[in-house]
Order: sequence, then C-alpha cells, then structure tokens
Amino acid sequence: MRKKLTFLFLLLLSSVVFLPLLIMMSSSFMGTSEIIKHYGAVLIGTGGSVQFSLIPEFPTLKAYLELLFDSPGFYVMFWNSCRQVFGILFGECLVSIPAAWAFGRFEFPGRKALFTLYMVLMIMPFQVTMVSNYLVLDKLAMMDTHWAIIMPGIFSTFPVFIMTKFFRSIPRSFIEAAKIDGAGEISIFLKIGLPLGLPGILSAMILGFLEYWNAMEQPLAFLKTKTLWPMSLYLPNITTEQLSVAFTASIVMMAPALMLFLWGQSYLEQGIEASGLKE
Amino acid sequence: MPYARKQTPIRRNKNTAVKAYLFLAPSLLGVAAFVLIPFLDVIRRSFYEAMGGRFVGLKNYQTVLTNEAFHQAAFNTGRFLLTCIPLLLLLSFLVALCIQGLCGSGEWFKTIFLTPMAIPVASIVLLWQLMFDEKGYLNQITAVFHMSPVDWMNGATAFYVLVFSYLWKNIGYDIILWLAGLNGISPALYEAARVDGAGRWQCFRYITLPELRPTVFLIGVLSFVNSFKVFREAYLIAGDYPDSSIYMLQHLFNNWFVSLDIQKMSAAAVLTALVITTFLLVVQHRNERNAED
Repeated sequence: MRKKLTFLFLLLLSSVVFLPLLIMMSSSFMGTSEIIKHYGAVLIGTGGSVQFSLIPEFPTLKAYLELLFDSPGFYVMFWNSCRQVFGILFGECLVSIPAAWAFGRFEFPGRKALFTLYMVLMIMPFQVTMVSNYLVLDKLAMMDTHWAIIMPGIFSTFPVFIMTKFFRSIPRSFIEAAKIDGAGEISIFLKIGLPLGLPGILSAMILGFLEYWNAMEQPLAFLKTKTLWPMSLYLPNITTEQLSVAFTASIVMMAPALMLFLWGQSYLEQGIEASGLKE
Repeated sequence: MPYARKQTPIRRNKNTAVKAYLFLAPSLLGVAAFVLIPFLDVIRRSFYEAMGGRFVGLKNYQTVLTNEAFHQAAFNTGRFLLTCIPLLLLLSFLVALCIQGLCGSGEWFKTIFLTPMAIPVASIVLLWQLMFDEKGYLNQITAVFHMSPVDWMNGATAFYVLVFSYLWKNIGYDIILWLAGLNGISPALYEAARVDGAGRWQCFRYITLPELRPTVFLIGVLSFVNSFKVFREAYLIAGDYPDSSIYMLQHLFNNWFVSLDIQKMSAAAVLTALVITTFLLVVQHRNERNAED
C-alpha cells in the first residue's frame, strides 16, 4: 500500500514534468493548419482557446523537411551553436584536464587557496564577471566574434572542480607503481590519469554541453551580429516568423542534448554528484 | 650518504610544486587574463569617474545603492531566492525519499525528472505560452472551478510562473544530489537502530536528518548558483523590461551593460561578488566545523 501510494505520487509529479516534452514531440509532427487550429489562439491570436491534443490527427514530416531543407537561417545558427559549444569543450579539455590533475594528484603550497578561488569563481553568476569579460574581449578585439563566447568559456573553473574530484579518487598505489616502473610525470598523466579519470572528464563535458548549448547570457551580451547568434537565441525568432516549424526546431535543437542524456545518464549523475561532494 | 638523504624530501617537495604548477599553468594564466586581472580593473574603475578618470571614492557605490531600480531588483531577487530555494529543496527531498523507497523501479523516474535539463530554454517559453496564456491550458483548468481567466505571464503572477520554471528545471539535479547524500548514509546505522527498537519515523528523525546536514548546505549553494540562470526564462518570457514583479538584478545588469554604464556596473559587480564570496566562505566554514563535530 505504502509503495503503491509512493508510486502514484511520483507518477503524477513526473507526468507534470514530462508533459511539456510530449506536447512538443507530438506537435512537431503536425502540419501548419493543425498547429494553427490547436494553438492559433495563443500564438497568432485567432479566436477561441488552445486545444489539447497529444496525438496529431494527420501526422506529417513536412515540418522536418521544411526546417532541414528550406530554412537556410536554421543551418547557420545550428552551425554557430556547434562551433561555439565544441570550441569551448575542446579548449576546456586542453586547459582544465591538466589543471584538475594538478589539484587532484599533487600537494603543493598554495593548493588550498587556489582551489577555494576556483570554487568562488565557479559560483559567480555571469552577470558579475560580465564587465571584466567585456573589458578583456574589447581589448583583444574579440567582441562580436565567436571567440567572445569561446574564450571566457574555456577558462570556466567548473570542469576543473568536477574533474579534480575524480582524479583525487585514483588510488595512490597505481601512481606509485608506475613511478617504480620508471614512468615520467607526463606518461603517468597520459597512461593512468586520463583513462582512470575518464568518467570525470565525460561528466564535466556533458554538464558543459548542456550549459553552453542553452547559453543565452553570453551571446546576448557579446554578439551584436545576428548571423553569429547560436540557436538558443535564434529559436524564439523562428517561433514568431515560421509557426509551421516552431516545434520542429525545438525538437531538432533538443535532439543532441537528449541523445547525450540517453547515452551518458550515468556520467551526468556522477558529475552532478561530484558537484555536491565536499572537497 | 646521510647528507643527501636529508636533502631528498625537501627537493622532492619543491619538484612536486614545480610539476603541479606546470600542469596548472595554462588554466591559471587564462583565469588570470580573463577573470582576475580584469576584475582588479573593475574594482579600480568602481572608485573612478567615467570620463576624465577622477577618483571619486565611494560615489559610484552610493549611486548604485540609492538607485530605485536597484532596490526593486534586489528586493525581487531576494524574494525569488527565498521562495524558490526552500521549495526546491523540500520538493526534491520528498521525491528523492520516494525514489529511494521504491528501490530499483525508481530509476525511471530519475531519468524523467532530469529531462527538463535537456529542453532548450527557448522551447520552454513556447510551451509556457500554451500553458499560461490568457487562452491557454491553465485557464481551461481553472475555468472548471469557475475562475475568471488570467494572463499569468503578464502581471504579478509572472513571479509564480518563474518560480514554477525554476522548480521544473532544477528538480532533477537536486534529486540526484539528495540521493547521493541518502545513499552515503551507512546502512549499519539503521540496522543498529532497528535492533534497539527504533521505528521508521525515529530512524528518519534521528539518523537520516542529522546525517544529511552537510548535504543540505551544499545543495543550497548549488541551487543558489542555478537560480541565477532563471534569467534566461525571464528574459525570453518578457524581454528587457518585464513585469515589475520579475525585474531582477540580472535584468538590471543587462540593461546597464547595454547602455555601457560601466561605472554603475563595476560598483554593482564588486558588491555582488563580495556578497557571494562571503556567503560561500561562511557556508564552507560552517561545513568544516560540522565535519569536525
């Protein structure tokens, strides 16, 4: 009885959470006339009220075709998003993994102070560092280029924090054994640190992807030229301009994140847990 | 060689530090160049005049602190944080307890509660329109109870729409954190208590709650961090100048940025950074003290 009640409670709450996703999925297979019929009241101001439907009456892939083959703007934005997000993630790998290795593997003077500094920077909201970022980007003439998004992102301290936790948990005996075999620091890092710390690296990358794929504050502040905008900023426009593909564009933008989810949920969970464990 | 043996540990320490700093160098240089040094410049600017560069002491701070929009935004941000963080902590804790109670079959629910993290903010806004518009779903539900339709996203109710968005988006993240905390409690504690004849409630009250104390602080901090990102939803729902009930510090900063009001922004950034740093250090200190107890 107790279990059944718990189950029911969770089912109810999770359907509230999940319902928006279902609406979006089913609407992405609707034709324009069906979208207007159901949602016109809200989105373009035809009379009446919105109508609820979870299954399209006439399912069609037309919206997907229109979006993928007939919306050049969408391609540009999708590509912008990819460039910015993968630019950041690639840079983060080069910079943050060694830094996390340093924090996780070595005891050195200044370690505690620096790590606290990294933690403080990690929790600073974008709005606080916005001016500082702007001053540098302006000086380096990076404003209004992809670099304005990528460079500050690369030096985010969040992935360092996450990966340090994972590197810390590598048993010392592994490293000592490699040392006795005559391995240098670099090869210990490459042959022991990287493979054993891989779950941490993946966790940080997944959390980073979800964060930057939806980034709005940075592009809004640092990109004036609309052709440089990522999808996250462009999507609201598409809704008003091309009603027929509004839901489809959402689904296509969501697809990479959702696939990452299905593939890497355990890494995601490990990453979230690591963000909460004490130092 | 006793002399050499004495030398080794010191030399090794120095070596370790050199190695560590070499690994750390790229990140440290980047952080210094993109965050630390410019932030020092921001601190300097906060004491100077915009044009001519005259030292004006605390005048910029005075301007910010007496600014009416700042009062409104700070009040709203505070109200938002005090409403949604306790709500989120409670709700996610409840769900985490339920999921743990179900054992294996709870896994599915975890996935479902996490999915909002993957949904693009822009799509959320589209969906919210369908739900909270004057002609939307929510009003159809309230109409059953003979309530007159409300335009939820414009007007004072926008605040609650925003609270809902925050809860909806972050509940999964916090559930995972709670579950990690719950699973970290040693089963031996419960077994011992049960042998002593403790009931379900007593176990919860005297083992689960005290054991989770450090977890609460950490989840609180992370929920606080994530709460700043609610600006995305607020911005997309209502633009630069939303209803005054959801005009937050983030809007204010953004608008000052657009008008390139560097002086006000610098002073406000320094103030906010101070508040947040103090907050973190206090939490960390309390945590360390708790751990020692």
